[in-house]
Amino acid sequence: MTTLAEKFGRDDWTRFTLRQRMTRYGVIFGCALGIAWALTSIEVIWAWVWGAPEQIGDLFGRMYPPDPSNLETILKVLWDTVNIATFATTFAVLLSLPVAYIAAQNTTPNRATLWLGRLILVTSRSVNTIIWALLFVAIFGPGVVAGILAIMFRSIGFVGKLLGEAIEEIDKRPVEALEATGASRFKVIAYAIVPQVMPTFWAVSILRWDINLRESTVLGLVGAGGIGIILQGAIDTFNWPEVATILIAIIVLVIIGEVISAFLRRRIL
Amino acid sequence: MSAPRDTWKKPPFIANPALRWAVILGAVAYFVWVGTTMPVDWNRVVEGFGRAGRIFGGAFPPSFERSGLLIDGFLESLKIAILATAGGVLLSIPIAFMAARNVAPKPIFYLGRAIIIVARSFHPVIVAILFVKAVGFGPFAGVLTLIVYSVGFVAKMLAERIEEIDFGQVEALRAAGAPYFSTLSYAIFPQIMPRQIGLTIYQLDSNLRASAVVGIVGAGGIGATLANAFGRYDYDFALAITMVIVGVILVSEAVSGVIRKRIQ
Repeated sequence: MTTLAEKFGRDDWTRFTLRQRMTRYGVIFGCALGIAWALTSIEVIWAWVWGAPEQIGDLFGRMYPPDPSNLETILKVLWDTVNIATFATTFAVLLSLPVAYIAAQNTTPNRATLWLGRLILVTSRSVNTIIWALLFVAIFGPGVVAGILAIMFRSIGFVGKLLGEAIEEIDKRPVEALEATGASRFKVIAYAIVPQVMPTFWAVSILRWDINLRESTVLGLVGAGGIGIILQGAIDTFNWPEVATILIAIIVLVIIGEVISAFLRRRIL
Repeated sequence: MSAPRDTWKKPPFIANPALRWAVILGAVAYFVWVGTTMPVDWNRVVEGFGRAGRIFGGAFPPSFERSGLLIDGFLESLKIAILATAGGVLLSIPIAFMAARNVAPKPIFYLGRAIIIVARSFHPVIVAILFVKAVGFGPFAGVLTLIVYSVGFVAKMLAERIEEIDFGQVEALRAAGAPYFSTLSYAIFPQIMPRQIGLTIYQLDSNLRASAVVGIVGAGGIGATLANAFGRYDYDFALAITMVIVGVILVSEAVSGVIRKRIQ
């Protein structure tokens, strides 16, 4: 049987050139090698892997039906969680303003402050909330204070970075116009810079609040306040029906937070 | 008659004065009320400053004595991240197709969306605790956790990309009588592939970070080493681990940034 190519005297269509194909095979082979390395050298007890679906099914079986008898306490602690997220976001946003100001190339007073600003942002962002929480629980003992500080320290980097980028992208002309009229440094900031970064400021703050709501649900697992504490308690006492209630409460909280933040963002942008 | 305006005032953020004052007063009332009722033990906070001094004193200089433990922990974190990314991305593809409005039938679409919402709602640490209880301590729980975490993100983004595809190509192939899988591989995959690869690299980076925290609750990797160091008050070793984590994250962020730039 003759192929189309033979019949019409031209090569069949191919998506890639030989070189492209070789690169693709190379990359795929590299990935396969990486996965194979991880798979063969990881210390896993394979019997547990095969038993996993059954174990997970068993766990969910124990959770059903959820036990709402402790709902009042759960809601109270959930409210604490919201407060931790809100307070921490507020403080973090306020603290990140000066940091963003010195970390933006066009507003920073000099090179040293620019690098100081960047150092603060990178340190804050690279350390996870939970690790910050471990540190603050060690310092201030278990409780809300450690939780608020942990979330704050993590958020400063995030908010400051995005805000700093917004400051770097502003239209320079209003700044020049105000400077030309002899306005003071403070007035230049208040009337030429702040109005331009205001929408970003609100959008970033709301986004971070939404993220912090999720993060504050786990703080309690290392002792830093919020719903995580009773979640840990319920898990430790094998009270699975209550665990289910707490998990459902967290899902509802996160979804409500997402709806609120989506609504506010639409209003602002 | 009003006097001619000779001063300019900045327009307020919220135009309606009643609403503006309600928002401001509401916010102030909230902060005062919660701020005063929050269960804070101020004595402990004050004591904390002394303790902070001792902790930082104990942490400096960072100790790299047990670097063998550190390297093992990191390699395990890397393996967890690789396996979870591979598993999570593979699983994300069908889920993303389920959750894309334009290719999935209604009931399947809702099922897909529900899977994504549940996977996204829980912080990886909570998922890790559940898996540690279900399948025992160690890296396997970590891999499962990060698979869930990857599905929540990758499937969501991929579903959005599938919803944006140019449907003309799909129709063209269908009109030519192409079977289902040819349509997938010639009309849909080429359109979503760049996003898929970008997401995979981003997720590998993100999983490497997350693998450091899921270890704190017993799911293997460097986090387990860190939590142990903290638990035994080995603050100098904990600082060394944290510094290495930060360094690795910065490097992996830079590498993934370069790769993603080259792909686009």
